[in-house]
Amino acid sequence: MNNKAMLFDYVLHLADNQVIMAQRLSELCGHGPALEQDIAITNISLDLIGQARLLFQYAGKLDGRDEDQLAFLRDVHEFRNVLLVEQPNHDFAHVIVRQYLFDEFNFLNYQALCQSKDEDLAAIATKALMEVKYHRRFSRNWMLRLGDGTAISRQKMQDALNDLWSYPGEFFEMTGGEEILAKAGIAADVASMKPTWLANVTQTVKEASLVIPEGDWHQTGGKKGIHSEHLGHILAEMQFLQRAYPGQTW
Amino acid sequence: MSTNQDWPLWEVFIAAKRGLSHKHVGSLHAADSEMALENARDVYTRRKEGESLWVVQSKYIFASNPEENDAFFEPAKNKVYRHPTFYELPDEVKKM
Repeated sequence: MNNKAMLFDYVLHLADNQVIMAQRLSELCGHGPALEQDIAITNISLDLIGQARLLFQYAGKLDGRDEDQLAFLRDVHEFRNVLLVEQPNHDFAHVIVRQYLFDEFNFLNYQALCQSKDEDLAAIATKALMEVKYHRRFSRNWMLRLGDGTAISRQKMQDALNDLWSYPGEFFEMTGGEEILAKAGIAADVASMKPTWLANVTQTVKEASLVIPEGDWHQTGGKKGIHSEHLGHILAEMQFLQRAYPGQTW
Repeated sequence: MSTNQDWPLWEVFIAAKRGLSHKHVGSLHAADSEMALENARDVYTRRKEGESLWVVQSKYIFASNPEENDAFFEPAKNKVYRHPTFYELPDEVKKM
C-alpha cells in the first residue's frame, strides 16, 4: 500500500466510526425515553454525521469518489468502523454505556489528531473535539445517574457494561498502515491511549457504583472489514435510497 | 410512560450574549439540575440562541395572581410622569 492508500483507509476508518454510531443513534429519533432525551440523542447523531461528512469529503479527495458514494455505495466488508458502534440499541442502558465507552475514546482520539501533521485531519479534529467533549459529558452524567440510581437501573447498567465490555479493546489495535502513519505524525497512536482511556472509564464506573467486568479478551475485526451481523442490517436501511434510486439528491 | 410524574418541571432562561439579562424561554422536564441544564442546552440552544443558561425548578417560582391584576398593575397606568419622556435628549445621545 502506498501512503495515499494508507491515508485513505485511515480516514475512512475515522469516518465510518462516526457515521455508523450516528446511524444507530438516529434509530432512536422519536423513540427516546423522554422528549428532551430524544432531542439530545438526535443532536449527538447529527454532530457525528457532520463529522463523518467532513471526513468522507477528505477521503474523497484522496480517492476520487464523493461523500455519498463512500457512505452509501460501499458494502459491509469495505466498512472500517470498530464493532462497538454497530451494536444494537438493546435498551437505554446499552445505548448509554455504548455511547460513553465510545465518547471517552473518540475524545482522546480527536485530541491527539488535533496535533496531526496532516492539516486537514487536524482541522476536522479541532472542530469535532468541541462536540465530542459535550457528548462525553452527556453520556458520563447518564452513567452516573443510572448506575447510581435505583436497584433496577443499576442492574441494567451493569448488564449493559458486561455485554459491551469485550468491544472497546479493538479501539487500541493498530493496522499496519495506521502504525506507519502514526510514526509519521499523521495518525493518532491509539495503542498508547489505552491506559488513559481505562483510567477515565474506571473512574466513572466506580463513581456510578458499577463494577468493571473481569477478563481481558476482546472482539476484533471491524477495522479490517470483518463485522458482526448487525452492520448489514444497518447498511440495508442507511443505503436503501441510494441503492434504489442511484444518484438521487435532496 | 408518564415522565411528568417522575421528573419535575424546570423553567429555562437564556442570555443571548454575555452582559444581557436572562430571558425566560420555556420549560422542560428533568430529574436533576445537571440534566435540566443539558436538556435546556439541547432543546433551547440548537440555533445559537444564547451564551448563558439558567434553570430553576418551576415550583420555586412564586408568581403574581392574574385575579389580582387590578390591584397590582392598574395604579401604574395613570402615572405617566414616571416615564422619563419629559427630557430633551441631546443629539449626541444615540440608541435611547
